[in-house]
Amino acid sequence: MTSMAAKSPRAILKTRELGIVLALAALVLYTTINNSRFLSGQSIRDNLLNTAILAVMATGQAVVVITRNIDLSVGSVLGISAFAVATMMSDHPGLPMIVAIVAGLAVGALAGLLNGVLVRYGKVPALVVTLGTLYMYRGITYSWAGGSQVNADELPPHFLNFANDNLLGIPWLVLIALIVVAGTSLVMRNYRVGRELYAMGSSPQAAELAGIKVARNLLGAFVLSGALAGLAGVLFAARFGTVDASAGTGYELNVVAAVVVGGVAVFGGSGTAWGAGLGALLLTVISSALAVLDINQFWQQAIVGALIILAICADRLVAVRIARSLRRRDAHV
Amino acid sequence: MAVATALLEVHDVTKSFGAVAAVQGVSFPLFGGEAHALVGENGAGKSTIVKMLAGVHRPDTGTLRMDDNDVDFAGPANAKAAGIAVIYQEPTLFPDLSVAENIAMGNQPLTRLRQIDRKAMHANAERLFRRLGVHLDPTRPARGLSIADQQLVEIAKALSSEARILIMDEPTAALSRVEVERLFSVVRSLREEGAAILFISHRFEEITELCQRVTIMRDGKLVATELVADLTVDDMIRRMVGRDLSALFPKQEVEPGEVMLDVAGLSREGVFRDVSFTVRAGEIVALAGLVGAGRSEVVQAVFGVDPYDSGTVKVKGKRLKPGSPRAAMAAGLALVPEDRRQQGLVMELSIERNVTLPRARKLARLGLLFGGAERSSAERWTQRLQTKLGNLSDAVGTLSGGNQQKVVLAKWLSTAPQLLIVDEPTRGIDVGTKAEVHRLMSSLAADGLAVVMVSSELPEVLGMADRVVVLREGRVAATLSKAEATEESVMYAAMGQEAA
Repeated sequence: MTSMAAKSPRAILKTRELGIVLALAALVLYTTINNSRFLSGQSIRDNLLNTAILAVMATGQAVVVITRNIDLSVGSVLGISAFAVATMMSDHPGLPMIVAIVAGLAVGALAGLLNGVLVRYGKVPALVVTLGTLYMYRGITYSWAGGSQVNADELPPHFLNFANDNLLGIPWLVLIALIVVAGTSLVMRNYRVGRELYAMGSSPQAAELAGIKVARNLLGAFVLSGALAGLAGVLFAARFGTVDASAGTGYELNVVAAVVVGGVAVFGGSGTAWGAGLGALLLTVISSALAVLDINQFWQQAIVGALIILAICADRLVAVRIARSLRRRDAHV
Repeated sequence: MAVATALLEVHDVTKSFGAVAAVQGVSFPLFGGEAHALVGENGAGKSTIVKMLAGVHRPDTGTLRMDDNDVDFAGPANAKAAGIAVIYQEPTLFPDLSVAENIAMGNQPLTRLRQIDRKAMHANAERLFRRLGVHLDPTRPARGLSIADQQLVEIAKALSSEARILIMDEPTAALSRVEVERLFSVVRSLREEGAAILFISHRFEEITELCQRVTIMRDGKLVATELVADLTVDDMIRRMVGRDLSALFPKQEVEPGEVMLDVAGLSREGVFRDVSFTVRAGEIVALAGLVGAGRSEVVQAVFGVDPYDSGTVKVKGKRLKPGSPRAAMAAGLALVPEDRRQQGLVMELSIERNVTLPRARKLARLGLLFGGAERSSAERWTQRLQTKLGNLSDAVGTLSGGNQQKVVLAKWLSTAPQLLIVDEPTRGIDVGTKAEVHRLMSSLAADGLAVVMVSSELPEVLGMADRVVVLREGRVAATLSKAEATEESVMYAAMGQEAA
């Protein structure tokens, strides 16, 4: 529960996230009317499992975008982590799952650290740096794999089962995604470092002058985004079993789309991890709904595109209205 | 009064940016329990001194000493930790965060789980606002605050850090008289508690009112550090500029011509109401009033930047299309806005490009813009306004605050307008340039230009204006002729009180 005192800005964010929930509800309702199987247990489960990987990555991306940066390398980081972990598990089938997860996080964190260092100390815009590392990390994976792939039958059963196992009826994948989103939200909202990340995105110059440890926080944001993409790589490998060097190609655009649709401002300073998670859920449900409704696959991309534009327009509209009402509140002073 | 001890000493510091020596061998002490003024023309190196004390820049040579130890600030965080709080000329707030968060950033109260204690944070902000005597909602975002309110939040921020040394770089430039009074009473109480204050201002009455000691700088060098009581304002000005200045506000007498601007019954819901005034060719009409009285809003509506609900704006008897700055410019209007950073300049563009921006079409040949025409025009105007700059092709953002203001003025004056609207034309400008701007406005008026001037500086209003329109809470409280306008009559009208 949020405190009463933080009503005004929080209420606005609420409406922003409420918008996604309403869109989601309308979509599910319409699709279910047309095909009742859409709300079956298996369908819900598939949707949630498909959302989980995207939501984990979107959470890291949201943190980076909040600082007025972007991380386009996440798809490639997923790829390199998935291939590394799958290779490790097929070579050492005895390793427990937790080692796989830690290895994925570590590979991703390292990739994220390089991004952060180049952005901060190379003074190159994040868009350019991560576009470069997108190709670089992918290239490394390709030359490492050399055309080979890791097949499901080479992987230990406990690794593959992880994607389907439950804890108290909740799939592990979904549980991990929930923990990531909730944990990140908590830190971003209630801890100093989180507020500093918002401050950095809101006004970079003011952040420097306020004595915020900008370099440390920026590296932290990129490391988090990389680590979560690495974690997503482990989940990807466990869920799909077969991993080649192209795993996760093009994912970065889905991730950025989820973040933007989820209401994180592209120019930094506002938005939440919950919003990004909801954005991921909405995008996933749209694609499965289109399949259920038997709408041409190709429409899906157009719809996602329209949704992104709609989300940004809605943000602009809300921002303009807020600015106007704030000015009016000011006028009688 | 507390025994004066040097809390901080600036010792023989030098700082250069490229080939430009911004500060050369400057030394002065800051004593606890004292307010110390730092004065000098634009570009004299005051802001560079501030940035060194704030830990933004490191001195090339020389040292800063606190409590007899050399200190070396690697960044703003170090200066902050050493007990130095800085209020910058341009507010440095986070627009997306709440006012309370802006104040608390970096030292938010924490709960036992090291989470931010929002309740305590809001209570803190409220307590600070009470101390400053202002009414601001701590939970609202900083976005949309007026410059004056932003400045008040900055002040609250500085107070919250319990600083031993408070540095204020022109904190009063955007504040009304009442707000300045409030700020000064807070500063005085801080001073009495033993804090050292470094105060930068171009308003000498404030310096004599608040400060005990003054350091005068010229061209990056120290001129003198003296007790304020030993100097007259004229002494200070003479030493700052290195020459005598004739009368500060030389408005020439001009026979007014035809009515250039006729504003009748202009209203905008919740902002201003029923505002009427006229301006003739050769006249300077001042819009006076407290910050928040709606002065800037009125001129922005006249120029078409903002909409209005009812009323008319006529230029030379013809109705001006509302809400269209393009139509206003075509009718010969020019507006020099108050917030130069956001509205007046494109910081990343070169100086010459900024100066010629509104005339880009006129200067272009066959739709293309050639460098030569831009450059010679820019050169003429920046020279006329004595702008201190390295190269016309440098970005405007690299200039000092006062010089940026000159570029804004050059930009609009070069369009040869018939009606010039200036919002706080000399905010943040040093005396030498101020006199230059006044002389320029006066000579333009003598050439038949009609001028509307929004100003918070009473001496400027009284010296320059042929007529003073005083606004209070969005309405015209009084229209005073030059003879009727005195410091008292304008202030009484602005504050809604009868002469006692």
